[in-house]
Amino acid sequence: MTGLPHPLAPELRPVNTRDLAWLVGALLLVIAPHAQRAPWWLTLLTLCLYGWRLYYALNRAPLPSRLLVLGVAAVGMLGVWIEFRTIFGRQPGILLLMLFSGLKLLETRSHRDAVVSAFLGYFLIVTNFLYTQTMQTAAAMTVALFLITAALVGFSAPQRPVRANLRTAGLLLAHAAPAALALFVLFPRVPGPLWGLPQDAYAGMTGLSDTMSPGNLSSLAQSDAIAFRAEFQGAAPPPQQRYWRGPVLWEFDGRTWSIGPNFLVEFAPPEGGRGTYRYEVVLEPHNRHWLFALETAATLPERSRITYDGQLVSNNPVRARIRYNLTSLIAPRPAGKDTPGSMRRALRLPQDFNPRATALAAQWRAAAADDAEVVARALAFLREGRYVYTLEPPLLGRHSIDEFLFVTKEGFCEHFSSAFVFLMRAAGIPARVVTGYQGGELNSVDSIITVRQSDAHAWAETFLPGRGWVRVDPTGAAVPGRIDIGLARAVPQTTSLPLMMRPELEWLRGVRDRWEATAHKWNVWVLGYNPERQRELMSLAGLRDADWRALTAALFAFLGVMTLALLAWSLKRLVRPDPVQKAWRAFCRKLAARGVERAPHEGPRDYAARAATALPAARRGILRIGELYIALRYGAQASADGVARLRRMVREI
Amino acid sequence: MIGRLLERNPRFSNWLYGFVPPERGTVVLVHRRVYIVPTRMGWLFAGTLGVLLIGSINYSLSLGFALTFLLAGLGLAGMVHTARNLARLAVSVGRAEPVFAGEAAQFRLYLDGRGTFDRPSILVRHQASAAQLVVDVPAGAVVEVALGVPAERRGWLPLGRVMLETRFPIGLFRAWSYVEPDARCLVYPRPERSPLPPASGQAAAGSLRAQTAGSDDFAGLRGYQRSDSPRHIAWKAVARSDEMLTKQFAGDAAAELWLDARLLPGGLNIEQTLSRLAGWVLAAERGGAHYGLRLAGVEIPPARGDAHRAACLQALALA
Repeated sequence: MTGLPHPLAPELRPVNTRDLAWLVGALLLVIAPHAQRAPWWLTLLTLCLYGWRLYYALNRAPLPSRLLVLGVAAVGMLGVWIEFRTIFGRQPGILLLMLFSGLKLLETRSHRDAVVSAFLGYFLIVTNFLYTQTMQTAAAMTVALFLITAALVGFSAPQRPVRANLRTAGLLLAHAAPAALALFVLFPRVPGPLWGLPQDAYAGMTGLSDTMSPGNLSSLAQSDAIAFRAEFQGAAPPPQQRYWRGPVLWEFDGRTWSIGPNFLVEFAPPEGGRGTYRYEVVLEPHNRHWLFALETAATLPERSRITYDGQLVSNNPVRARIRYNLTSLIAPRPAGKDTPGSMRRALRLPQDFNPRATALAAQWRAAAADDAEVVARALAFLREGRYVYTLEPPLLGRHSIDEFLFVTKEGFCEHFSSAFVFLMRAAGIPARVVTGYQGGELNSVDSIITVRQSDAHAWAETFLPGRGWVRVDPTGAAVPGRIDIGLARAVPQTTSLPLMMRPELEWLRGVRDRWEATAHKWNVWVLGYNPERQRELMSLAGLRDADWRALTAALFAFLGVMTLALLAWSLKRLVRPDPVQKAWRAFCRKLAARGVERAPHEGPRDYAARAATALPAARRGILRIGELYIALRYGAQASADGVARLRRMVREI
Repeated sequence: MIGRLLERNPRFSNWLYGFVPPERGTVVLVHRRVYIVPTRMGWLFAGTLGVLLIGSINYSLSLGFALTFLLAGLGLAGMVHTARNLARLAVSVGRAEPVFAGEAAQFRLYLDGRGTFDRPSILVRHQASAAQLVVDVPAGAVVEVALGVPAERRGWLPLGRVMLETRFPIGLFRAWSYVEPDARCLVYPRPERSPLPPASGQAAAGSLRAQTAGSDDFAGLRGYQRSDSPRHIAWKAVARSDEMLTKQFAGDAAAELWLDARLLPGGLNIEQTLSRLAGWVLAAERGGAHYGLRLAGVEIPPARGDAHRAACLQALALA
């Protein structure tokens, strides 16, 4: 090899404006979702860098010096540090990557730089999936992937029309798809993570928290995000039985309820009850341990335990969408007993809070014959008190329960349950707050119940002698509609509801049902494809106990077949050979076998004449073939009949 | 090292490259002859894939896996597409016009895509001289590539090995192939400018006159003959009269010049001798003389015209 510059070397090929503009367009699409999460100044800076580079390209100006680029990088990093107090971690890291895409463009001179920018674009696509992996994101990122690939093709062929490059990119991706599918299905999956993740890796997951103070449930209830989906075998339970148990709150400090000390117990399946439901739950990640079950869980899902207050907890925080199977009993026979320690906890109240409520409870206690009557009086009080159920309750002061019960009279389920449990404890009845979800919407397309964050709910449990822990829903007592017909109709029309929950948009909900049924399949089959599901699928395909070796073997076998198929495609006869020419070549081969080889310069007439002299036995045939060939190939018209005759004569000679 | 090994063992290199040079007729780059390796960008791409895969595992990103695998498939498809951009390309050579030593021989290669798809960005590179050109071969078209190969020495200059290379469509792979078509270019000796020798004995007086007056002394017009140099055609007169006419110069008929190697002073080596003779041939042809060439073992009787000039120069080139 000589040391001369190689004209195909990417570092020597300057990037042209068209390819650059194409790349910038693709990158814009990739960073669009990040831009919504980034601080405004960073988005603006990145866009300015893109624009700056295009401006240079259009004006054919020399690029800014490296020093200036480094300066901008330093400013950007400083800004990110000021914003996040770190430049490591997931969010700041991704934002810096977005900034670097602009900086890299700014110093992009050759195809090599442009290719590196394109690879950075591929990388940025994946960072989008850290935030969302919905079908919409997948679709948008597929378009971005296509555009970046087209840009790459453009770098290799700067003179080619864009349309041809797009076609090539499409063809490449179409050919890549089967291999990608095989890799997706067969690549041995390892359960992540491989190492510790940055602190903020799971930020932004919504869900119930382990505390409850006025206002935090109602803000959660304004989110349309899905909490989990449940698919029932057979009929789904009616809305008023859909209590999905979550964390149980024992401790009250006058304002906030919290879980307090908690411990795991041996699972003792409940018995009796009025009905059994078997179902599968697909739980969205919420970065907590608890799992949600229809009250009352009669089985324990894999890799989970149960606490002594009946809360299912997973062994690991739920940081990825998981699936589990459950059986639940409706209203089983209660345990009837609890430890004296929990009785004490269930009666504990902070001193010097809510004097009016305490007095009211004492008054009921004195008048009632037993605990059940106190509960009934409390529920009647709430029912008759003209309480308003609202997502936007007024702010409350120090004696929050007094203010809610006697002054503002507007609240959300957290106010009702909190007040009720306070009243019970003040009256000497052990009580606790149970949070979770109530209701959920039955999808008419796939009969799956979708439970959203807006279904978040809080109710109460009281311990009645002889009956054990009994569920009481004070919200249901005060605002019956909440339980029977859902949040949407229970809240007055003036309050702002999530768009989809407004009753007048019935048809829109039909569309949404269909969409969500598809999304559910997507979640289960694409996003939820994990080591377990891979094993399941392999055993369906007859590969029992497929370990990584079997998977790798299958994978390579498929990839080999795939490559061969592609090769066959590329080898496929490009142009159908002319039948006349084919016959003539066969003729030449035949004569060559008899020692008369055609010289490259020899025309058909000369060759036929020479061959006829050399092979006098076949003289006539050879000459006739020569004439016919000349007539067919160079003559005015070639008839199919003539072609057939030529072939026959060549065969016979 | 490998290069040297291949040079010393032509049979091995013939086996490796899949052909025995020189190749006659049209050469089709069958798959067997197309080699492919990843480029530096290809390795960078592989590294990116590795990082993406680890990231996807770490964060359990299903779509991350999907993208990583799609890109891996893209690499695989890209490999096949890159090889396809060269495979089955038909290479043939055209005639190379003779040149003088020191000039560049223009070899013409014809690339025939013979397909329904275009083959962009194919580098044609002459291995020995690194003369190179990047061409696009459109679907169903034949593209002519002229490689200017410096001709240093007189005689036949074989084209030698030519590399065809492409990185289309994604630049992650480099596919290349070698051809060594049976093409050669005649290289005349480098002409030396020097005064013509005196005309030979039998027409001494006339030839001297002819020599001094030969080139520019316009003597009249005569009918065109096929051997006449196009430089002597009287184009203006042709335009006026529709008849091909040739300018006749004084002394055309008279001069008969023998360019004889023996006329040269001793002490010149063979190359210098041939260079001087070549210079004389050019000068004599320009001067419109009838000239003959005498070399050891070669004698070309006096004549004139382009064909004669070419014959003389060829004799000098191959002497």
